[in-house]
Formats: sequence, C-alpha cells, structure tokens
Amino acid sequence: MKNPVQTLTKSVTVNDNPFMKPIEWLSLAVLALVLLVVLPSLLDAFRLNLVGKYLTYAFVALGLVICWGYAGILSLGQGCFFGLGGYCMAMYLKLEASSVENTKIQSTPGIPDFMDWNQITALPWFWKPFQSLPLTLILVVAVPVLFAFVISAALFKRRVGGTYFAIITQAIAAILTILIVGQQGYTGGINGITDLRTLHGWDIRTDGAHTILYFVNGGLLIGCILIAQFVKKSKLGRILVAMRDKEDRVRFSGYSVAGFKVFAFCLAAAFAAIGGAMFTLQVGFMSPSFVGIVPSIEMVIYAAVGGRMSLFGAVWGTLLVNWAKTSFSESFPDLWLFGLGALFIAVVLAFPNGLAGIWREHVEPRLTRRVKGLRAPPPAIVPHGAPAE
Amino acid sequence: MFGDYSLGDLGAIFAMQGFAGLILFSVYVLMALGLAIIFGQMGVINMAHGEFMILGAYMTYLCSAFFQTYLPALFPAYFFLAMILAFCASGALGMLVEWALIRHLYKRPLDTLLATWGLSLILQQAYRSIFGAREVGVELPSWLIGSVQVTDSIEIPINGLFVMAVTTLITVGVALLIYRSRFGQQVRAVMANRPMAGAVGIDTEKIDRYTFGLGCGIAGVAGSAFTMIGSTGPTSGQLYIVDTFLIVVFGGAASLLGTIASAFSISQTQSTLEFFLSGSMAKVLTLLAVVGILMLRPQGLFTLKVRR
Repeated sequence: MKNPVQTLTKSVTVNDNPFMKPIEWLSLAVLALVLLVVLPSLLDAFRLNLVGKYLTYAFVALGLVICWGYAGILSLGQGCFFGLGGYCMAMYLKLEASSVENTKIQSTPGIPDFMDWNQITALPWFWKPFQSLPLTLILVVAVPVLFAFVISAALFKRRVGGTYFAIITQAIAAILTILIVGQQGYTGGINGITDLRTLHGWDIRTDGAHTILYFVNGGLLIGCILIAQFVKKSKLGRILVAMRDKEDRVRFSGYSVAGFKVFAFCLAAAFAAIGGAMFTLQVGFMSPSFVGIVPSIEMVIYAAVGGRMSLFGAVWGTLLVNWAKTSFSESFPDLWLFGLGALFIAVVLAFPNGLAGIWREHVEPRLTRRVKGLRAPPPAIVPHGAPAE
Repeated sequence: MFGDYSLGDLGAIFAMQGFAGLILFSVYVLMALGLAIIFGQMGVINMAHGEFMILGAYMTYLCSAFFQTYLPALFPAYFFLAMILAFCASGALGMLVEWALIRHLYKRPLDTLLATWGLSLILQQAYRSIFGAREVGVELPSWLIGSVQVTDSIEIPINGLFVMAVTTLITVGVALLIYRSRFGQQVRAVMANRPMAGAVGIDTEKIDRYTFGLGCGIAGVAGSAFTMIGSTGPTSGQLYIVDTFLIVVFGGAASLLGTIASAFSISQTQSTLEFFLSGSMAKVLTLLAVVGILMLRPQGLFTLKVRR
C-alpha cells in the first residue's frame, strides 16, 4: 500500500527513492576512509590484525541487522554459521598444512595431526571436498546457508517465530558446540583446528599477509554493506519491515511470509559464514568457542549497540564493543563482565536503537541545521522503527 | 550396542540409569518449574534463571559453613533452613529485578532476553568476585550419605531420594498454589488477559512482581537441591539454561503437566543413552530429538487450547 503523499511527490521529483541517500553515501565514504586509509596508517601490524578480527564479527552484525532489525527474527545461533564458515575454511587450510612431507612423523602421514592422535587412519568423507580451493570457497557459504535453510524452512513453515525461534536457534548452537567438542577425532575438539599455515601456497602467518587480509576483509565488508543496502532499499526490504510489524496483514495480502523469513535468515547466515571464513584466515585458527551460545549472543549485542536498524551502525557498534572489550579486559579483567552486562541492560532499556539511534535523533539534526544554516526549516525527526518484538 | 549385556544386566542397567535419570529429572523439574512460571505464564525470557539457581546454591553453601562453625549440633537439619533461605534470597532478588528491569520490557519479550543475559553476566561476575572462581561443594549431613541396597545389582543413593522427595513436595506445592489458591487464580487471570484482570480490581503490577519472585525463588530451591548432587561454580547456571528452556518449550509453555512430562522424557532419554554412548553424544542426540520434535510439533507436548 502506498502512501498517497508519496505518490504525489513521485510525479514531481525524479527519484525519491535512490539507492542511497546523500547522507548514506557520506556514511559509506567515512566508513571506507576510516577502514581502508585511516586505521591502516595509524595502527601497527598487531593492532591492525586485531581490527581485522573485529571486522569479521561485523559481517555477523550486518546479517543480524537484516534478519533481526528488518525482518524481526532474532537468531541466537549466528555463531553456528560463523563457525561453520570458519570451519570450512579451516579444514581446507589444515589439509594444506598437513601435506605428506609436513606430517611424515605421524603413523598415517597426510591427515591432520589431531586425527592421527585419535587413531583415525583415513581422511573422513566430509573432509574430502576441502582438498580443492574452488570447492572450499563455494562450500564456505553453501554449507551454512543450506543449514540455515533447513532450520528456518522447517520452523517458519510451521509459523514458529519470535521467542521460540530464538530459543531453538540457541539450542542448535549448543548442540553444534557439544558435537564439535565431542567428536575430537573429526573436528579437533575443544582446541579447534589450529596450526594453519598457507592458503594455496601463500603464507598467511606473516604481517604482510595479515595486512592484505585486512584489506580483503574491509573490501568484502563494504561489498556486503552494499548488498544489504540493496535488500533494504528494494521492495523485498519493505516487505520484511511490514512482516515484522504486522505479520498477519502481509500474509493476508498474499505474500509467502515463511519464504521471506527464510530468505532473510539465509542472507544473515551467508554474511556470518563469510565473516567466519575471514576470521579463520585473519586469526589463523578456528575453535568451538566461536560457535556456542555465548559468542552468538555477544554478536547480537554488537548489532544492538550499533543500532539494529542501521547497517553502518552495526559495523561501528562491533568495532566499538570489541575495542572496549580488548582494552578493558586487558586492564580490568574483573570489571569487564560487569561492563558488558551493564551495556546489555543499558542498550535495551535506554537506547533500543543503539548508536545509530542516538546519531539520528541528536547529532544528525544538529549537523543538518548547521550545514544548511537558517534558511531551511529544521527537519522533522522521523521515528526509525519501533524495536522488534 | 546391546549385544554384550545379558537380559538381567540390561534390566539392572536400565533401573540404575533410570534412577540416575530421576535425579536429573528432579533438578530439571525444579529449574523448569520456575521457568515455566516466568516464561510460560509471563512470557518473559529469563536468561538469568540459572544464576538465580546458583544464588540458591551459594546460600546453601553459606548455610552449611555457618552451621558447621557455629551450630554443629543442629548441622543434620541445616538443609531445611538453607532451602528456605535460598527461596527467600532468590525470590527477593527476583522481585528487585522485576521492579528495576523486567517491568519496563513486558511488551518486548526479545529484549528481555538481552537484558536478562546482561544481568546473568553481572551476577556471574559478582559470584566470581565474592565466592571465587573455584567450584564449591557443601558438606552433607551424615544421614544423607550412603545408599539403599534394593537388589544385588541395584542400589539407590539416599541424597538422590531426598532430592526427589523435595522435588515432589515443591511440585505439588506449586500446582496447588497456581491452580487452587486465590493468588494462583489472580496470576492466571493476569496472564490470560492483563487489562481485564486489572479491570476487575487485581493489582496486576503486584501480581507480576510476586509471580516473577516466585519463579526465581523456586529456581533458588532448585539450586539448593542441586548442591546435594554436584558442586557449584559461578558459571554452573549456564550449563543448564538451554536444557531448561528446551524443557519448557517442549512441554508446551503454559502447561505445568507438560513441563513435568517433558523433563521426565528428556532426562530419561539422556541418562539411558549416556550409558551406551559418550556423555556428549547422549546430550547431542537428546537435544536433536527435542529440536526435531519441536519442528514437527511446535506447540509442544501439551498445550492449552487458547485463543492467541
């Protein structure tokens, strides 16, 4: 249903719904400038690698903005997809690191070391595809998306939603963690997959490689922001918002609500998977501690702090929370959990739209007024969506 | 997997594992009862439920230490006082939390999840600062140690029996309170239709606070009972929170009977499988089965026919 005012103005202005508004182009430019120019020139290799790690979480937060902020589906299992993507990448890297000459002291050379320790003598079938790089790159996204599709299709077709969906995704994250930890011989257990060396012959452990990976990370992140922006701006994005606010009306209008929800969830899973794969490359290992409930909920808080309705906010929120976490837990390890807990509560109670909400309501109007001077009337504050229920 | 055991062995295994399952069942029921009230009746996702349970466990620990040092004569009976204290402490904290936090969020259930998760982090760190990061255990009075020999191959630990008795007592008490008392009637009225309940003169805010406090108090008792069979650490509560939520959802969120039935089936499946498989695989299979059944039957085992 179109707002009559909007249809009226449409005939006057040429393009009232551009892909990105000037302010959004500006935000993107600032983000790109900071990520690709300012940070690399200010930080040393170690810190830059750390920021690279944070950026991989930003992919997950970005997915959550679409899935939670726009479509209203709170997933507490994003760690699953992050982890699956990361594990797919790690399996390829591990196989490359355990070539026959590298592992000749093992009783079965050519298989990963943890398999050898667990008396496994042949490569399991599900490790085989990860011997090829192109196949791995496909599987990195395909496996988590397929997994997300199966979960979400089964649940959304039966109209399970809201809190129940959150609890079930959380249970799935728990199951996957227990499974990975329990099947030590196939997955590396609690230590995860470590001692990764090269990507197709390119050593990923050097400072130079870390810096290159950082730029790849930043580039991919901006690519994902553009994809998410496209979804958000398209008719699809509007249906997602409509579905979040009045699901039944959308259903009665003839849309397949389940289909759209599955799409949003799978898109979020794909972003998380890319983040996970980049995490493995950037940090050099993958372990179950990034799969379970705790990391999954932490990823939700990144999106919540940044603003669940804002793509850029999610990225800034992720960077800020992680930066705070690193610096606080370095200097006051005891206080950090108090701080994180208080942050959760404060965001929920006082700033449901996060940093982006504060920016939109307090900073942006003032800036616009300053820029435009007194000629233009102050813009009305548009409420940016009620918090998801 | 059954091949190596004779029929008699299998019977004894099932009986023993069944009993181990019953103890697990008792803990699950106690935790899930509180959550069924908070989540099932009030619709609040309380992620800090495990921490309320641990508060009860720490109260019991303090109580046992206190009696040991100052009142050794009364030590055999300390447990009863500890349980009451655990209920009061967790319940009071619950009511405080409801007043400070939850009551602002009744219309945003997913946000209660985030806020209570934050609360659980704060509580965990508080326990760590106060009681230390190491797990603590309580000293059991002598009459709770030992076991009853039923047959040659089956023996039943007394503390397990005691936990089960406590569970039965509390379950019956809660059922009576919810379904037979005036307070319970008001609770159910508020949960069914808040504005109407308010219109007939029920103080809905007060009922909300007491209901939340009751749920948390029961969690505290669960923690108190838990100390008899395991040790307590700052993060012990998190181990159980996912299981507990699954139990409540699996049972059909608004039904006490469903909660008990689902706690029973989950704990029995898990403890029986545990004997044949590794502990982690038993848990994975049980949880997978639950998630699978929930995908087929999302409303849970038992549901009230209500209009939503």
